[in-house]
Amino acid sequence: MNYPPGYRRAVPGTQPEYLHPTYVSSRKRAPAQPLIYLPHTLSEITGPVFAPETGNVKACDLTRQHSGEPLGERIIVSGRVLDEDGKPVRKTLVEVWQANAAGRYRHKVDQHQAPLDPNFSGHGYAMTDGEGHYRFITVRPGEYPWGNHHNAWRPAHVHFSLFGPAFATRLVTQMYFPGDPLLPFDPIYNCTADESARQRLISAFDWESTIPGHALGYKFDIILNGRDATPMEK
Amino acid sequence: MTLRATTSQTVGPFFGIGLERLNCAELAGPGVAGERVTIEGRVLDADGVGVPDAVIELWQANSHGKYAHPEDPQDKPVDAGFQGYGRIPTDEDGKFRFTTIKPGAVPGPDGKLQAPHIAVSVFMRGLLRRLVTRIYFPDEPGNAEDFALGLVEPGRRGTLVARLAPGLDGVLKWDVIMQGPGETVFFDC
Ligand SMILES: [Fe+3]
Repeated sequence: MNYPPGYRRAVPGTQPEYLHPTYVSSRKRAPAQPLIYLPHTLSEITGPVFAPETGNVKACDLTRQHSGEPLGERIIVSGRVLDEDGKPVRKTLVEVWQANAAGRYRHKVDQHQAPLDPNFSGHGYAMTDGEGHYRFITVRPGEYPWGNHHNAWRPAHVHFSLFGPAFATRLVTQMYFPGDPLLPFDPIYNCTADESARQRLISAFDWESTIPGHALGYKFDIILNGRDATPMEK
Repeated sequence: MTLRATTSQTVGPFFGIGLERLNCAELAGPGVAGERVTIEGRVLDADGVGVPDAVIELWQANSHGKYAHPEDPQDKPVDAGFQGYGRIPTDEDGKFRFTTIKPGAVPGPDGKLQAPHIAVSVFMRGLLRRLVTRIYFPDEPGNAEDFALGLVEPGRRGTLVARLAPGLDGVLKWDVIMQGPGETVFFDC
């Protein structure tokens, strides 16, 4: 029987190493042993498929999940999910979460002395359309302090979780904002050696998706692992 | 290849708010065929301390060895009520627990069947990129021939095999040890 091909591996330097000592909590949570190369089998080229949920517009509009409007600057975050060959990843689940405009998460562990916003939960999800497009309406997240080192601050960011077509294409990442002065000081943003790979985590300001009088647009395309050329022969 | 895959970043400490909607620790509903198993364990850091802000994801075939995915070409029965996906956050002691059915055998790259296994993704604060591992089952004759276990030096294979828990009927134990003695085998996937 012929099975579909596996997926490509990362180009060296374009993904973070597990141990990045300036990110202190990686020190005791990064494996010390080298990873063992696993050829992709049926277990890795398949993965969970999520049924598109239609009609839940509030899932992708984080500004309409409560009775009132959240505080902060409304933004549109949109883009496409593509594979490395530029082909759209269709009907795939995109999950997002973020701090509110004051830099506070609605999470019991977040003790940052910044106000919670009763009108902002800070999470949502969407399915990509037939061309791989996704779109969220939200507020610009605030920067927030963290305990990694003296005077540590995270740049403004939105967390993204994607499945893609297979177990092998699973990705969790973060989107940043152009011109953020905190980026050069952030060990998480800087954990990837390849500078252009880092810069692809920064969204682009986008007039096209801006809604006049209402919200500024930011574009963030996400690329998932592409398919290997050679099929797995049985 | 024209584009490069987007760089991974940590889930951070506050992933719960974004990911809890899909939390699922009971993978198989009442009507699903197969042998029921409960697997529990802890995620431990280099000091043996439980990791309270980790989440594991599971992906497995049904009891016939068939994945609920359009690219599984095998002529085997699909279970309508079984997706094969689970997502379980650790608790404050780093513990997790889930129930499922034991997966059937699926083919490997050498043409032979792989031993029954569950594919696992591990995410946590401090982990910049997903880690991938597998759970195998104890007393499974196929383990000796399994191609993925064969990639691992014999002394470390045990980290991939769940253990029968004495006195806990039907409960298997399987820990994720991030670093140090007994470090779990993680795969470059
Ligand atoms: Fe964050």
